[in-house]
Amino acid sequence: MEKTIAGVNLIVDDEGYLQDINQWNKEVGTEIAREEGIEMTDKHWQVIDYIQDQFKSDSPLTIRKVGKSGVTDIKEFYSLFPEGPLKKASKIAGIKKPVSCI
Amino acid sequence: MEVLQPVKEPKASTDAKVKRVMIIVSKATLDNVYASFILANGARMEGIEAELFFTFFGLEAITKDKLKHLSVATVGNPAMHIPTMLGGLPGMEAFATSMMKKEMEKLDIPPVDEFLEILAASGVKMWACRLAMDMFHLKQEDLIEDLEGVLTVGDFYNRAHGEGTHLMFI
Repeated sequence: MEKTIAGVNLIVDDEGYLQDINQWNKEVGTEIAREEGIEMTDKHWQVIDYIQDQFKSDSPLTIRKVGKSGVTDIKEFYSLFPEGPLKKASKIAGIKKPVSCI
Repeated sequence: MEVLQPVKEPKASTDAKVKRVMIIVSKATLDNVYASFILANGARMEGIEAELFFTFFGLEAITKDKLKHLSVATVGNPAMHIPTMLGGLPGMEAFATSMMKKEMEKLDIPPVDEFLEILAASGVKMWACRLAMDMFHLKQEDLIEDLEGVLTVGDFYNRAHGEGTHLMFI
């Protein structure tokens, strides 16, 4: 499926997750966040950076890991990305939908 | 010959979605406790509200001096695939428990105490059952700090209002 976000033609899945992180840039992230009702701040970007780093090093993401990252804690993670933080943050970070149950 | 038709999936309207899960934790075997914790945490990860109501033996999972020592049931558990008599031998329960804990750590599933902290930080509301507390002579100070409070069964049902609320018994 193709979708144009911030003037870029992107390949996304049915739910709008980017399929190739190389197509991502900050404007794309900002636009996806806006669609999700999130106005990005420096703190949001720090979390997105961490999530992208984890993804690039092939390390599976869990809420527990984000909580221990030193970038944020679980409570803050939920308030930054309400209603499904791991999914929303992954979508904004331009990575595939997380498959983790925890 | 009559051909069986595949079962049609019910049409899902947006308001038919699960919005809140209320999970009753009635047992304190490690597998039951983890099942309820993972369901509650998984709900929050999907933006679904979650509450846990600890009753009867389930109270051990939130009792400060018990929660780190929960174990897997090796007797009366056919999924262990060992004869019941063997399951009752000394050390079997400890062995099965340590095996399970090892496997869970590999999957980044936290130990019970840390999991409770994660649930609280994720916005899961946790309640203790008044009647069960009286039965086991427990006071609120015996239970974890993150506990929201103590409820009667009636109080708990009264919280379960609203469309899309589901009750589960584990």
